[in-house]
Amino acid sequence: MPEPQVPADPGTLRRQAGREALTRLLRTFLRPHLGLIALMSVLSVLQAAGNLYLPVLNAGLVDKGIVSGDTGYVWHAGAEMLGIVLGTGLLSVATAWGASWIAMTAGARMRSALFRRIQEFSVAEVGRFGIPSLVTRNINDVQQICGLLQTALLLALSVVMCVGAIVMAVRESVQLSLLLVIAVPVLALVVGGLLYLIVPMARTMQERVDRINHVLREQITGVRVVRAFLRTGAEQERFGQANDAVTEVALRGFRIYSAIGPIIMVVTNLTSVAVIWFGGHLISRGSLPIGDLTALLVYVVQVLGCAMVAVSLTGTAPRAVASAERVAAVLDTEPAIADPVEAVTPPGPAGAVEFRDVGFGYPGSERPALSGVTFTLRPGQTTGIIGSTGSGKTTVLNLILRMFEVTEGAVLVSGADVRQQTAAQLRAPIALVPQSGFLFGGTVAANLRFGLPEATDGQLWEALRVAQASDFVAAMPGGLDARIDQGGTNVSGGQRQRLSIARALVRPSRLYLFDDCFSALDTATDARLRAELADATRDATVVIVAQRVGTIINADQVVVLDAGRVVGVGTHAQLLDECATYQEIVASQLGEEEVAA
Amino acid sequence: MTTGRLHETAEQKAAQAGAEAAAKARLVALVRPERSRMVLLTALAVVGVALMIAAIALLGRATDVLFSGIVSRQFPGGESKAQVLAGLRAGGHGQLARVLGTLHLVPGTGVDFGRLGQLLGLAAALYTVGVTLYWTPGYMMAGMAQRIVRRIREEAEQKLARLPLGYFDRNAHGDTLSRVTNDVDNISTALNEGLSPLITSLVTVLGVTAVMFWVSPLLAALTLAGVPLLMVITKLVLGRAKPYFVAQWERTGRLNGLVEEVHTAHALVVAYGRQDAVAEEFDRQNRELFESGFRAQALAGMILPAIQFIGNVNFVMVAALGGYQVATGAITLGAVQAFIQYSQRFTTPITQIAGLLGQIQSGLASAGRVAELLAEPEEAALAEPDAGPDTALDTASDTAPDAGAALPLPGRAAPVARTVRLEKVSFRYDPATPLIEDFSLEARPGEIVALVGPTGAGKTTVVNLLMRFYEVDAGRILLDGVDYRDLGRDEVRRCFGMVLQDTWLFGGTIRENIGYGREGAGDEEILAAARAAHVDEFVRVLPGGYDTVLDTDAAGLSAGQQQLLTIARAFLADPGILILDEATSNVDTRTEALIQDAMTRLRSGRTSFVIAHRLSTIRAADTIVVMDGGRVVEQGDHEELLAREGLYHGLYRSQFTEPLAL
Repeated sequence: MPEPQVPADPGTLRRQAGREALTRLLRTFLRPHLGLIALMSVLSVLQAAGNLYLPVLNAGLVDKGIVSGDTGYVWHAGAEMLGIVLGTGLLSVATAWGASWIAMTAGARMRSALFRRIQEFSVAEVGRFGIPSLVTRNINDVQQICGLLQTALLLALSVVMCVGAIVMAVRESVQLSLLLVIAVPVLALVVGGLLYLIVPMARTMQERVDRINHVLREQITGVRVVRAFLRTGAEQERFGQANDAVTEVALRGFRIYSAIGPIIMVVTNLTSVAVIWFGGHLISRGSLPIGDLTALLVYVVQVLGCAMVAVSLTGTAPRAVASAERVAAVLDTEPAIADPVEAVTPPGPAGAVEFRDVGFGYPGSERPALSGVTFTLRPGQTTGIIGSTGSGKTTVLNLILRMFEVTEGAVLVSGADVRQQTAAQLRAPIALVPQSGFLFGGTVAANLRFGLPEATDGQLWEALRVAQASDFVAAMPGGLDARIDQGGTNVSGGQRQRLSIARALVRPSRLYLFDDCFSALDTATDARLRAELADATRDATVVIVAQRVGTIINADQVVVLDAGRVVGVGTHAQLLDECATYQEIVASQLGEEEVAA
Repeated sequence: MTTGRLHETAEQKAAQAGAEAAAKARLVALVRPERSRMVLLTALAVVGVALMIAAIALLGRATDVLFSGIVSRQFPGGESKAQVLAGLRAGGHGQLARVLGTLHLVPGTGVDFGRLGQLLGLAAALYTVGVTLYWTPGYMMAGMAQRIVRRIREEAEQKLARLPLGYFDRNAHGDTLSRVTNDVDNISTALNEGLSPLITSLVTVLGVTAVMFWVSPLLAALTLAGVPLLMVITKLVLGRAKPYFVAQWERTGRLNGLVEEVHTAHALVVAYGRQDAVAEEFDRQNRELFESGFRAQALAGMILPAIQFIGNVNFVMVAALGGYQVATGAITLGAVQAFIQYSQRFTTPITQIAGLLGQIQSGLASAGRVAELLAEPEEAALAEPDAGPDTALDTASDTAPDAGAALPLPGRAAPVARTVRLEKVSFRYDPATPLIEDFSLEARPGEIVALVGPTGAGKTTVVNLLMRFYEVDAGRILLDGVDYRDLGRDEVRRCFGMVLQDTWLFGGTIRENIGYGREGAGDEEILAAARAAHVDEFVRVLPGGYDTVLDTDAAGLSAGQQQLLTIARAFLADPGILILDEATSNVDTRTEALIQDAMTRLRSGRTSFVIAHRLSTIRAADTIVVMDGGRVVEQGDHEELLAREGLYHGLYRSQFTEPLAL
């Protein structure tokens, strides 16, 4: 199993893109909170001021209180300190709340924006990212960014404190503060350098989390095949590799990260030592009161303590930067298929379809899936589409729905080019029954109402009756409220097909697209269903993709496809006379007919 | 849209709780291999903390040296300390005398920079060594955390392999995924950012406490007075936050489930223009997640300020009492200075722990969800058969039928055909709904058995039982006369090859997808299987040929082509028994006929079960079993059944209510 395509060495460009992606994302999602952020900044400055004032009081306590033995002064300054501490504590609670509020709101909005953007994607874009990756980006990546936001405000507070502490230290003693001027940049450089090393690892890490998701999702969806072919061991190995890969990169990252705290500690402590040494000389020369030395020491610890907090908060940054890139990549992907700037109202007739010399190739494929396809479908008519495997039958339906863009020619639905209609306008009168018969986890009713949420129970039962599904639904515990497992795995293949046909019928439509969805039905059910269907869809345009000639034998017209070209259009009788491919198809099913006849 | 779990009864919940406790113990067991490292790590932290404390003590001494020097200089040289103090007392400065009495006074001299340099140099050395000892546990912890997390992931994935199929059918895939990705990720963060600082912080707190008592028991007792209050507040707040953390991760899982399902069904959602409705459901769940997340964080965010406040109250009290004691000469200024430093070093780790508690609580909530997964009831445990697989069943051997009749798969002995017998088998998924009742059937070597019947008659269920995806409720299934229950699941499955109506292809090349049928299959064999399944025709014209990478859900291949690939996979597996469940339903009839030729060759000497609605497939079967309502209603070959004019006759005729007019 190959690793997914890992892009070539990122390089400076990509790193810039990463930071840019993060700032751009933050700008977009923090804009609505600008007022709150401003308020919190003010609160943070107040909080920082309070925290910075504490050492001044502390110094006074030592100088005037302890050294001179003035207990009264100690109590007085102590009360003042407590007042400030209480104030900063309340501010701290307020900012923590504000930070949570902003982070969680921005996260929720980011998830929502991602989800909606993915909803706009065409099948091609979903395929390009891959479903597991989209799921990771939608939830896990946003979580990483949220984590950073949550701490970002505390980070800002630390920076304010740091600056403030430096200012205070300079006020105490310009000379001694020079030590900070050396210590802080050294610290910033070392820590920044380490974080810079971690970012690419974080990027790799998110890609490997994708891989974990990918392998696991395949194991879950393919559980029957995995077990049937006794590949549990091989799958565990495959997962083991993905697991090892993610562990390896996480380990490297966290090991580097673990050095940051001690580095800050050693710089802090050595700076305090230096402050006492040089401060001692200053005091000895009488140019510094001894209490100021104490205060200065506290400021040094505070400056570097803030740096420490700041760094521990930036632990989330590398992954957040990597995640921001991944989120931005989704948000920046313009769906290839977008609504026209000026949509036309299709002149009708509603549900009519015309293919005009249509050519289409799937992205990345050399051979066109369709070429020179021309035919017309009229309301009230049933058209069968038949052809060998891979001849382009499903592609025709995809182009009617504008799931993909034609590369040549034009597809007209209801009299207007699909490219000149909005997606909503185009698809509203179309009901599709896909080949796979996918059902959502939930109830029978919820699945049936998928196309028409306001449908009454009566409408549902009517659709079930036509789809030959009312008997088994009635027999299910709960009837319409019976449970359906994700993907519809708790009903048989034929039941699934009939439920998805019923789902299409609930939706009032002018154009019905049945994509080979009678294949799992037994012949008797198939026959009854098609008879009822003919009634239910009388005035609409009906397209039936089929393998069995029997399914489309009574269609008003049959389109025969071969390797993406139309090789025959006509009724069963006409095609039997004129179309060699059709004759072959019929001949291959002749055995059945002979016996039946 | 949401995938509801079955409502659980009280007893089930109780059983579940017991299982979860066991699973939690299992999670703890995952940490056990790290015990010795944990001890070493703690020992290192202890030494590191000790050095750190010693360094602080040295700094306190340095302050004393500095202070003594400055004071000393203010008195004329030649006088002794005693003379100075006496002079002060005489001058009415009794209190100052008491303060200075504790200092090392040499009147007339200045600051002893030699001594100061020594002390500071030693402190710097201790700090530097101490930091290295601080870093080592952090480095080790990173390794430990990742190893633990890897084991948790491994454990969870292996658990999935032991879960019954029903679990996957019942639970949203995305939620299960979330437990192994998002929740494990969260545990990883908690371990990485939480555990290592927690250990060093705890050690620091203990060490500092000890030293504080050594320096000044009174001040130390005062400092500790705040701790019980701290604990009460923390417990109170965290207790409130816990349900929100649990909800946060539950909802993350649920949202992940929704996202996975909707993105999987993307084409359908788009075709029905239901993006907005789906997005509304998403927003509703998203809002729920936001609410629990915000509440959890907001509550956890209160702990830190509360602790800081208590810490500062303590500080003021220490300063006040310390100041008083210095004034009375009970303690040196340097000692108070050191003590204030200690009490800060005492509060800092406590605040650090408090800051981590939220993260740890969140990690625990996730651990609970992983434990929940690990506690799911597994596939019924099987007694390992006494006899090894080779003795219970003959595996592929030299007694194979002539190789010419089989597929030309080079270098492989043809497998042994099997007899499969179902005896009075009963089974139901849902205890209330009978599905398969008293079902009996025998398939002899080389026979083709077709299962027909109306949709929902239980045909696919029979496949599930044959493949042993589910266990029979009553009756038994015999493979070459051996009861399934006396065989391992894998042993049973090894004899079967299966093609289902739902194709499953994974993200990988076409070659790998076919090769999935049998481990270690060579390129030649893969190619032979591909030719037999008529995959070769369409793969050869792909730009990448057999190395074409299928993306997720194999977009780009038609449903029929996907079915052909899975048939090639089964061909490659070359099993003794072949199950084809609507395997060619999306394949055109001409290709199907060609495949059937290949299959006839493959089937020679093999036993096959076929479910199909196409009569050409069924007609050739040796035995046609007509099912209805989970029972066998008719059995015989095509001619016999037609002659009987029963259900089969009806099914058969109905397909041709509109006969082909040639």
